[in-house]
Amino acid sequence: MAVSVAERLSAVGTANALELRGVTRLFGALAALTDITLTVRPGERRAVLGSNGAGKTTLFNCITGDFPSTSGTIRFFGEDVTHFPPHERIRRGLRRTYQISALFTGLPVIDNVYLACRGVSRGRYSLLRPRRNDALMHAAENLVQAVHLTGVKEQLVAELSHGQQRQLEIALALAGAPRFILFDEPAAGLSPTERIELIEILTSLPPHIGYIVIEHDMDVALRVVESVTMMHNGRIFKEGRPEEIESDPEVQELYLGGGHG
Amino acid sequence: MALVEATRGSPASAKSEDWSLTGIFQAHPVLWLLAVFLLVLPAFASNFVLIEIFGWAMILGMIALSLMFLAGYGGMVSLVQMTVAGCAGYMVAIFGTTVMTDISLGWPWWVGVPLAIVIAVIFGTLSGVLSVRTEGIYTIMITLAIASAFYYFTLQNYTIFNGFSGFNAVRTPIAFGVDWRSAVPFYYLILFWAVLAYLVVVYVSRSPFGLALQGIRDNARRMAALGFNVTAHRIAAYAFAALIAAVAGVLLVWHGGQISPGTAGVGPVIDILIIAVAGGLSRPIGAFIGAIIYVMLRTFALDALVAVGLDGKRFQLLIGLGFLLIVLFSPDGILGLWARWRARMQRPNTHGGRA
Repeated sequence: MAVSVAERLSAVGTANALELRGVTRLFGALAALTDITLTVRPGERRAVLGSNGAGKTTLFNCITGDFPSTSGTIRFFGEDVTHFPPHERIRRGLRRTYQISALFTGLPVIDNVYLACRGVSRGRYSLLRPRRNDALMHAAENLVQAVHLTGVKEQLVAELSHGQQRQLEIALALAGAPRFILFDEPAAGLSPTERIELIEILTSLPPHIGYIVIEHDMDVALRVVESVTMMHNGRIFKEGRPEEIESDPEVQELYLGGGHG
Repeated sequence: MALVEATRGSPASAKSEDWSLTGIFQAHPVLWLLAVFLLVLPAFASNFVLIEIFGWAMILGMIALSLMFLAGYGGMVSLVQMTVAGCAGYMVAIFGTTVMTDISLGWPWWVGVPLAIVIAVIFGTLSGVLSVRTEGIYTIMITLAIASAFYYFTLQNYTIFNGFSGFNAVRTPIAFGVDWRSAVPFYYLILFWAVLAYLVVVYVSRSPFGLALQGIRDNARRMAALGFNVTAHRIAAYAFAALIAAVAGVLLVWHGGQISPGTAGVGPVIDILIIAVAGGLSRPIGAFIGAIIYVMLRTFALDALVAVGLDGKRFQLLIGLGFLLIVLFSPDGILGLWARWRARMQRPNTHGGRA
């Protein structure tokens, strides 16, 4: 990483980017998340690891409000957003991607990104088509270029390859002025070359933008973060620096080693 | 698309033509031919053809267009659009001049008509408020329930809606020195509003509001995760669609000269759905294609049956069969058939443009 952690952290304010206190999410009798307490500093980049069903995606859903948490509080840059609907959290600078691409398949690539830019600015209800030099269209064009999709920008999303859809998925999360991004398995199904491109995109994000990434591919995950949270059965099991987690015997037994056993 | 081709050299400006007003006027040549045909139609067509065929089809087309906007762009199948039109029609009758002098207020058209449209839009928007949190079949059920409730309310209420008989001899106003009741002016009045409604929907479909609606259709949850208030956006779409249906409702009551509970009964409510689906929900023109086919079948099916020696009373069967065949062979109605035919013709030299 070109920019040091300290430099990145000094670029942002004092309140924590994310602060979860005792967040629990029940599905009926099943506790998908139990008493999650988690603090992420502004600009911090963290991986959430854990086997299938550990509650990683549910954690994201609670943070964004896709599913509200059953109890506990969630603060985003100091503001209590526990009871905010998703769009209010997004407008405050939170972003996310989805594990299974959640795109607008009936619209062209450029319109997908344009919507993402429009969603976090004024004029969502505007009946006027964007003008020739519309600032948001330019922003959308730049984002499309940043994820290497300029060549297919007029194509319907339904016609894109899996890898291209994953790249578009990331572009949607980068629209506007994100302050914190949740990436849900961004490398899923990508080729080795596409993985390298993904790592490039993640590491070249502006220093003030922190993120949490859920990733099964340790090569990707541990190269783009400075801290790791291990989850197991809906609870936080261990937190630490990547190298600590990698060498932790308990973790190795549970996840890295014979995790499927 | 010619302008886009011309500026393709500079990527920064290439995209914008498609987004500007000029996009509307780059219509398909068939649409231009159709426009010329409709403009000169009064020169050679009878009043019957003008008003009872094309006039009626354009009014029904506008109501179906309001459904197309909600269903095609928003993924919300609303059965309340005919009722919104009926509501506007009733309000025109109540505020304006009819034979029911003890109910009708006799206000001038420039007070009554705008007020009627405002009330119908409020009605349509409130229907949206009730139904936007539901999906699929439940949206259909709720809007059908609202439509049925309106039908029974107008049927049983005599103080405002005059019950079963409704309002007769609703007078089309004389305004700006023109008697809008006579065939040719009324035809052009309908044509004007139908074309305007069509162009507005085409234009809005590429505006942030319209694009966001299509985004909600494709993935509502992701739209929320991009900062859109999905519920509010859907309600706004109902309001927009209600405006089109309300204008059509004003024309509808002037067209028939009367309005009664049956105008927006369950039959006509379903007819609008059939028109929109048979024409094709993917593009605004589908609503008008469906409407002209519907009106033609309604008008000529009886004669056609008698001509081949069958019982004319079975004309509804012919209409039903016609629409059944369309939907059976093409889920996207006539538009789908047209698109497939064109794809077959153009396959050797395909262009990269949007479908």
